[in-house]
Amino acid sequence: MSENKPLGGKIITKPFIILAILAGIAVFLLIKRFIFGLGSVTNLSDGYPWGIWIAYDVVIGTAIGCGGYVMAILVYIFNRGKYHPLVRSALLTSVFGYTTAGFSIFIDVGRYWQIYNIFLPSHVNLNSIMFEVAFCIATYILVLWIEFFPTFLEKFNKTKVLLILNKTLFIFIAIGVLLPTMHQSTLGSLMIIAGNKLSPLWQTGWLPVLFLISAILMGYAMVIFESLYSSTVLKIPFEMPALGKIGKLVAWVAVVYIILRFSDLILNGKLGLLFTDSWSNSIMFVVENLLFFVPIILLFSKKYRRSTKSLFFIAIALVLAGAIYRFNAYLVGFNPGIGWHYWPSASEILITIGIIAIEIMAYLVFIKRLPVLPIIKHSTKS
Amino acid sequence: MSIDRRDFFKVISAGAITAATAGSIFAREKKKLAPDAVGILYDATLCIGCKLCEVGCKEYNEMPPEQSLKVDSLNVPTIWDNADDLSAKTLNKIKLYRNGDASVKDREIDGYSFIKRACMHCVDPDCVSACPVTALHKDEVNGIVTYNPKACIGCRYCQVACPFNIPKFEWDDPFPKIVKCQMCDHIQESGGMPGCCYYCPTGASLYGRVDNLMNEAHKRIELAEGSKYNYQVKSMDSGETAQHTVPKYVNYVYGEKETGGTQYMILSAVPFHDLGLPNLPDKSAAGKSETLQHTIYKGLIAPGALLAGLLVAAYRGSKAHNESEEGRS
Amino acid sequence: MSNQQIKRVFAENVAQNFDAYGFSRRDFMKFCTAITVTMGLPFSMSKMIAKTIEDPVRPPVIWLHFQECTGCTESLLRATHPKVETLVLDLISLDYSETLNVAAGYQVEKALHDSMEKNKGKYILVVEGSIPVKDDGIYCKIAGKTALESVKEVGANCAAAIAIGSCASWGGVQSTFSNPTGATPLHKILTDKPIVNIPGCPPSPYNFLSTVLYYLTLGKLPELDSKGRPKFGYGRLIHEHCERRPHFDAGRFALQFGDDGHRQGYCLYKLGCKGPETYANCPSILFGDVGSGAWPVGTGHPCFGCTEEGVGFTKHVHEQAEVKTFTPGSIYPDIHSEKKGGITVAGAAVTAGAVVVGAKLVSDVSKKLGENDSKDSSNQA
Repeated sequence: MSENKPLGGKIITKPFIILAILAGIAVFLLIKRFIFGLGSVTNLSDGYPWGIWIAYDVVIGTAIGCGGYVMAILVYIFNRGKYHPLVRSALLTSVFGYTTAGFSIFIDVGRYWQIYNIFLPSHVNLNSIMFEVAFCIATYILVLWIEFFPTFLEKFNKTKVLLILNKTLFIFIAIGVLLPTMHQSTLGSLMIIAGNKLSPLWQTGWLPVLFLISAILMGYAMVIFESLYSSTVLKIPFEMPALGKIGKLVAWVAVVYIILRFSDLILNGKLGLLFTDSWSNSIMFVVENLLFFVPIILLFSKKYRRSTKSLFFIAIALVLAGAIYRFNAYLVGFNPGIGWHYWPSASEILITIGIIAIEIMAYLVFIKRLPVLPIIKHSTKS
Repeated sequence: MSIDRRDFFKVISAGAITAATAGSIFAREKKKLAPDAVGILYDATLCIGCKLCEVGCKEYNEMPPEQSLKVDSLNVPTIWDNADDLSAKTLNKIKLYRNGDASVKDREIDGYSFIKRACMHCVDPDCVSACPVTALHKDEVNGIVTYNPKACIGCRYCQVACPFNIPKFEWDDPFPKIVKCQMCDHIQESGGMPGCCYYCPTGASLYGRVDNLMNEAHKRIELAEGSKYNYQVKSMDSGETAQHTVPKYVNYVYGEKETGGTQYMILSAVPFHDLGLPNLPDKSAAGKSETLQHTIYKGLIAPGALLAGLLVAAYRGSKAHNESEEGRS
Repeated sequence: MSNQQIKRVFAENVAQNFDAYGFSRRDFMKFCTAITVTMGLPFSMSKMIAKTIEDPVRPPVIWLHFQECTGCTESLLRATHPKVETLVLDLISLDYSETLNVAAGYQVEKALHDSMEKNKGKYILVVEGSIPVKDDGIYCKIAGKTALESVKEVGANCAAAIAIGSCASWGGVQSTFSNPTGATPLHKILTDKPIVNIPGCPPSPYNFLSTVLYYLTLGKLPELDSKGRPKFGYGRLIHEHCERRPHFDAGRFALQFGDDGHRQGYCLYKLGCKGPETYANCPSILFGDVGSGAWPVGTGHPCFGCTEEGVGFTKHVHEQAEVKTFTPGSIYPDIHSEKKGGITVAGAAVTAGAVVVGAKLVSDVSKKLGENDSKDSSNQA
């Protein structure tokens, strides 16, 4: 018997309609983008060729979508079976997170009709970090859908196929842990080639490690956040105290991250830059690290781990911490020279919001019609 | 049977430290100048700001005219004959450095100087390393960095990578390309020289083999200030010369070492930083990023090993899970 | 008729007697307008200038010649409207000019002294040629006196002085290279008098005539540049108003005399034209009143910078000139220019909106979570 079931209920609700409107605006603006070019809907420029569609939609979006990755590590690699019920919803978040990231890449690149060039051996540049990222993410999206396939098979009662798939699933699970390890770290390495254009507060050879660990951190934090949020909004029981235990794990991951981050800064004598770099860099650096420090302190106290409300805020803080770290490494700390400025245009933001709206709409449809959400029998105290 | 948490962290840390410190072991070798590398020597002291190089460049590359974005109080472009900076329609640009009353040419204080900006055709180009589809390519023989729109996917990673911010993008085109100076490669193929050098009347833009140009550049900075020198015009072997008084050069050739060396070199009497030329280390960022990437992924050994471990763990894990599932049902 | 007699006739009959001079009043007015324009004055001033010419009051002028070739005087006399030039020479009472004097010897020297005495402090001194100072100035002696003595004596009581030609303005050809005679310009000798320099080899006669008329009409000297040259004539580089400038801007150069480019009238910069570093108005007013192209570059020979000290007779004819001015429009982009892409009102509004909505969603959920927590803790209690 499955431990997951569809939520059921109406699809067309008031929130759904609002999301649909946002999605509609985005579709309209995207048509404009494809007819008139990127300049007509973005504030991107030759100094800032990458904006929120890369920094948020792709880099942060995939990190947020690391739920599947981190739960696979916990459940299948560390064999903590009791978290198994959480896997599918985490996986769903990942499926959508990565698919929309892939879509965002498609709308961001200028010569999208040739995007397949990235897979052609005649064109591929193995030295390019971008190549590895693109290849990895594309493959991972495929793997995620395969990992999620059992949900469809369950819904449509294809039990025989399901059994066969379940036997080979371990291969995809293994690949599904390898690939994000590779590309989440590489998303950090991407900025090494920016050289002096990225402030030394963020520029370092340790970028891949820091990005990987913060991605794992964001993955777990998202699992907590997303679980608490859905439980509240959809009025289903909370997955406690499991989430509290994940909270403890998250704290340790964050500690590792902070140690590595500050070792690099201190050993390479970069902390002094806080006082000499631009004020926006200094402020954002402080905000970014406070968002790591404060949750760590709170998470080591049982009181905060037990309370759903504080766990909720801590989870948000940690997701924000990783997100702001990425914003800083890609946009805030990136300085192409005097005279260049970037803040996303209204259209650019609306397109991103619309894409998120579509993602949420699809998520709602899936959890209501497919056996994704876990059946919580009782909350255990352990 | 599960991997101990401590072991997990040990492995991760070990891997991370190896990655971060093993740079030297797998360091990617320094790129060398192409055997018949051609380039341009720009001598800012010879430049008179006539902008013929801009005109010649537009002509040779069939680029349309452009105006400044900055408008005055009457909404008229402040510069009516060309753009403010390089762009998707402008492949080279003369800019003006001025200080104080700007009364004397080639003087840093209360003086002015011109600078011509265009693609530096680096020996170790960051853009070529960055491009995932080899749209930017460095010729093995003459070292010119060219762009192939048929390969390009428009990801603009080259724009992020270039330390000089040279590649420009056609933001207002639904089918955009990356645009940059290609040293009039199409003209050079038939034996000609880049438009900027052909048109320059004073020899400020000088075309030739990089080794010859580098020697010439060093020769000039060694000359006595105030002496007369016959400067070559157009190219090193054109035969045409113009006599000028030797100025007080900054004792440095910009592009000799910057980011691994460039094939577009600059001489000036005014500090290079004032001319907007960035202060760059001798090792290119591409070198650093490729070294890191190769260290981790060389021969796909590390990923392979990790995958093997993961397969084992996943197999055991899912087997345990399936057995418990079957037990329950 | 003596000079005095001619002047009396002129004074009485000038308005009616244009015919006697062989031109109409219309021609006369055209001349006055042309002179006004050359000086860059408003058109309305041409009437004032006409009046001045008709006015019988004429200041005396003493014209001294030293180390010169007399080209400046000849240039002045060489015109297609000799009658008008003669008119102007009558306009000023030219009391002494070695070229134009009818008399000679003691007689003319006496005329010089008489004029100096009678017009003390009022006469205008015009000097043509440089003054040698080496070896006490023995390299130029007239009437037993060295040029140095003469100029100091005559210059002592002049109202103002005009140095006509490059020799008097900065020393000219004899002052270049080794300068064996110590040739010196007027302004270095006569240091306490207002001096106008009209360099050129020779200068256009109209630069001199315009200066004189300006002085007579307005009672003061025209605006001068830092080298004492009238700005209306020497305020611009030849490069800035040369008819071949478009060729320079487009990169079309004559490379050899007689080649295709030369035949087509291309820019002569590569043949050594010093237009880019020479201040003068030759391309605008030309020479000889014979129509367009009547100046060196117009005829196909590069300018050699005759008006300019350090260029004329100093730099090699075919040495490439130093370009002293920016080209076209003198407008250049800065090293760093401002670009678009920063925060806009719309962008800020949407960002703020998104943040507010996000905060609201979070707070709604957190409230419910808070309720759940208190329920849990009350359950456990």
